[in-house]
Amino acid sequence: MTGKVVGISGSTVYVDLKGLKLLERVYVGHRMLAGEVVRLDGERAIVQVYEDTRGLGMNEPVKAGGAPLTVRLGPGLLSGMFDGLQRPLEKLRDETGPFIRIGKDMRALDCSAVRRFVPLKRKGDEVAPGENIGFVEEGAFRHFIAAGGRSQKRLSWTADGEISLEGPVGVFEDGEIITACSEWPVRVQRPCRRRLPVSGPIVTGQRSIDFLFPLARGGTAVLPGGFGTGKTILEQSIAKLADADIVVYVGCGERGNEMAEMIEEFLDLKDHWTGRPLMERTILVVNTSNMPVAAREASIYTAVTMAEYYRDMGYHVLFLADSLSRWAEALREISSSLEEMPGEEGYPTYLASRLSSFIQRAGVVETLSGATGSLSMVLSVSPPGADFTEPVTQACLRAGGAFLMLDTSLAHKRHFPAINWFQSYSLYSKDTIEVYIEKVSARWGTLMQRCRELLQKEQTLLEVSEIVGIEGLQDADRLVMRVAGMIRTEFLAQNAYTEDAFSPPEKTCAVITRILDYYDDASGRLKQGKGLEEI
Amino acid sequence: MRLSEHRYRTISSLEGPLLFVREVFAARIGEVIRIVAPDGRELAGEVLRIEGETVLVEVYGETRGLDAESTSVIFTDALRSAPLSSELLGRTFNGSFRPIDGAPMFVPEKRSPIGGCPINPSARARPQEFIETGFSVIDGLNTLVKGQKLPVFSCAGLPSKELVAGILRNARTVSASGSGHPLLPGAEAAFVVVFCAVGVTFQEYHFYMKVLEEIRTGFVAFVNMADDPVMERLLAPRFGLTAAEFLAFGCGMDVLVVMTDMTNYCDALREISTAREELPGRRGYPGYMYSDLASLYERAGRIRGMKGSVTLLPVVTMPEDDITHPIPDLTGYITEGQLVMSRELHQMNIFPPVDVLPSLSRLMQKGIGEGRTRRDHREISNSLYRLYAKGRDLRKIEAIVGRDGMTKGDVLMLDFADAFEREFVNQGTRGRTIDETLDLGAAVLKRFQSGKA
Ligand SMILES: Nc1ncnc2c1ncn2[C@@H]1O[C@H](COP(=O)(O)OP(=O)(O)OP(=O)(O)O)[C@@H](O)[C@H]1O
Ligand SMILES: [Mg+2]
Repeated sequence: MTGKVVGISGSTVYVDLKGLKLLERVYVGHRMLAGEVVRLDGERAIVQVYEDTRGLGMNEPVKAGGAPLTVRLGPGLLSGMFDGLQRPLEKLRDETGPFIRIGKDMRALDCSAVRRFVPLKRKGDEVAPGENIGFVEEGAFRHFIAAGGRSQKRLSWTADGEISLEGPVGVFEDGEIITACSEWPVRVQRPCRRRLPVSGPIVTGQRSIDFLFPLARGGTAVLPGGFGTGKTILEQSIAKLADADIVVYVGCGERGNEMAEMIEEFLDLKDHWTGRPLMERTILVVNTSNMPVAAREASIYTAVTMAEYYRDMGYHVLFLADSLSRWAEALREISSSLEEMPGEEGYPTYLASRLSSFIQRAGVVETLSGATGSLSMVLSVSPPGADFTEPVTQACLRAGGAFLMLDTSLAHKRHFPAINWFQSYSLYSKDTIEVYIEKVSARWGTLMQRCRELLQKEQTLLEVSEIVGIEGLQDADRLVMRVAGMIRTEFLAQNAYTEDAFSPPEKTCAVITRILDYYDDASGRLKQGKGLEEI
Repeated sequence: MRLSEHRYRTISSLEGPLLFVREVFAARIGEVIRIVAPDGRELAGEVLRIEGETVLVEVYGETRGLDAESTSVIFTDALRSAPLSSELLGRTFNGSFRPIDGAPMFVPEKRSPIGGCPINPSARARPQEFIETGFSVIDGLNTLVKGQKLPVFSCAGLPSKELVAGILRNARTVSASGSGHPLLPGAEAAFVVVFCAVGVTFQEYHFYMKVLEEIRTGFVAFVNMADDPVMERLLAPRFGLTAAEFLAFGCGMDVLVVMTDMTNYCDALREISTAREELPGRRGYPGYMYSDLASLYERAGRIRGMKGSVTLLPVVTMPEDDITHPIPDLTGYITEGQLVMSRELHQMNIFPPVDVLPSLSRLMQKGIGEGRTRRDHREISNSLYRLYAKGRDLRKIEAIVGRDGMTKGDVLMLDFADAFEREFVNQGTRGRTIDETLDLGAAVLKRFQSGKA
């Protein structure tokens, strides 16, 4: 099906092609710019183009793609680096040079690669949709290959040994073929047998998170903070160090240099849980701020679909996005070019519902093949002027479970991670604390409570001391301030550039125990009449 | 593609900088337009929107005197591009890339579209080569590296141009003593400067031109003065960056791009957006301002396997001294740190009046230490920060309870903050080497730490 361009406004293109479906992929112009149908309007379809449209002319041809925006799924995604439309960036670089030129369609996976297939099912076995028929090895992982289809069917053949990713790995009796690679529309959540409640903590190695505001498997953490408050460093540290099987990181509308830094580091480092190269468990999706805005909007969906794909194999997948605000702004730019009625701050009124249905893709699931997999999310938000009342932060607040607020004034004092201990919270404390109590220390819960109280007390005392001066405080109160200071600088603060970047729960517990023991000891001695200066 | 120019006299309406042309055949979005006014005056423009045969053209410059009957509109079938050649060096152009230095236009070797293409993130080299600017607050505490974009956030009336001038005069990649740097100690390499003036006054222009002429390695200037067309404020930085990319990645030079003042740029963006009747965002600035600024700032960088680099130094004047204003806010969200100037320090006669607490260089970690600057650099910088932050916090309490209500240790911190500002931050216009900066920092620290320990 082909038609032609009948109007252009920025990256919104009007085409006279009939029979298109909403969200169908189309190719626009002589350069075949990829786009997506966003509205059908009588004779015309309105297409959002994912690339720079400059130079696109009237009457240029438009071709229907027949399917919505999809990603390619299959062995070889791990350690890959893709743009928002899943074009492999390294291959793109090798073929077209260091600058990204437009109109280059490229497949995400190298399908000519040969891999070894190990069958789990054989000729004659009954297989239900979504059930694994075998796997290929992908680094340290078993990459399971599941049957598609709608109903349970009998296999007439499965491969064993070397396969090409293009060829079949299994055939049903009715002739339907199972391949190692498949496609999935990015805006559609992948199915599972049933959803399960969040389970157990994700160890991030960040004391303030693991101890005060824990993350749970299948949960969602939101990290809002003004510029320079440490969102990216925190996300990258978690991506590097957390105890996940697989990590999908999407740099959404952020800086190229920091991605280069991350890439270089990840290629260099080992996963400290398994000792394997860190890249082996990582997928990067990078759509920097100067890359096309519509592709930025798509990038989080591209990434989350890949994350779900590995979740469906029964892995614990950690999904990190930096920053969701850039996604929301892309949504706003697209919406305003479609001349939709704006809601708050110019964002479309469907911002909150889009966001919450995206966050719904996190969770623990029983997969179609009966395994348990999880997808956890860590999402940064960049509120304009560090004002947390703005729509994106507020929408995330409603949908997420842990809220780690990064504080500009802490960052200016170089207290990192700059997580504000009064305003942050985690709804997962209850789900995770038992695990820490059982595995690390029976005192975990009480320690946490006492730590919170001391910080709270310090706040009150600070207000008092602003009136009377520190010299005007009682010794017991000055001790509280001293200990709270220790908690802040020795426990909560953690420099990402030192050995201390990862703190295992045992160490976390030991540090806080030491500080609180000191407090108990010192208060005891104060009671015996010793002066604070002596202690 | 039509591969030819088409001339129309079918203007259907005129409104501010926008005109609608009817019955146009196969226009292209972004196509460069020439407009000939009834009096023969020629104007430039660009295709903004196409609906069927009706084309919306945005005119650069003054539309007064245009009419619907006899004005002709020429569609050139080309996109806006910059002429490039190594003969750019030493030249000064206006915001439309016309020479304003009296010499004739050079013969271009090639032309490149001024929007540039994004650098593939996997092709970028991580910026990590230390640039010595001669200022202790920068070199010691907010280190600049090659390929970084680091803006100066100034307030109206503060000496941002003197700071930038100092950086321009001094900027070089050097090695400190004992750093084990591939360059011999004292060996240095200087930068080629691309200067983009956006909406500047004559005084500023005059000041900067004098500085540029001193630069031995050469410069190119794109100057849009306050009374030049507003549309050219958006073009000057793009021409500048296109030239910078050519000099860097085409000719292998290290290029330092100064863009001043980005506040004028953003105001121009707002003005033009309003004229296009677009939906205004915060404070009337368009919703796409983040993406637009990113399309400029992200052009800084280095590329693996290529010589040359583009380092960016934009100047932003914070309206009402407010760092949360959309212009500094969005800039800070894109750039790799910021140097924040403070009115308070300026009033205390400290130069450069850079407040280090809100200032930041995000790429510093990889640019300092052994092999780059000096092994003790990180330690000195962290300690200076920690103590100064403490001292500054205590000043608030001092203002309420006075020094008498404070402990001896706290008073010491107050004294440290004063000494830090007067001795370390304050240096006048004389540049310091990185060794001098670090030695000085260590000396100030020593005085206070030994006193306390
Ligand atoms: N854990 C940490 N340890 C040491 N330094 C840190 C830490 N976190 C942040 N920083 C410092 O803060 C700087 C800014 O951090 P980062 O780039 O993560 O901010 P951000 O919140 O992502 O900002 P933006 O919204 O502009 O992207 C870093 O370059 C680093 O100097
Ligand atoms: Mg960031």
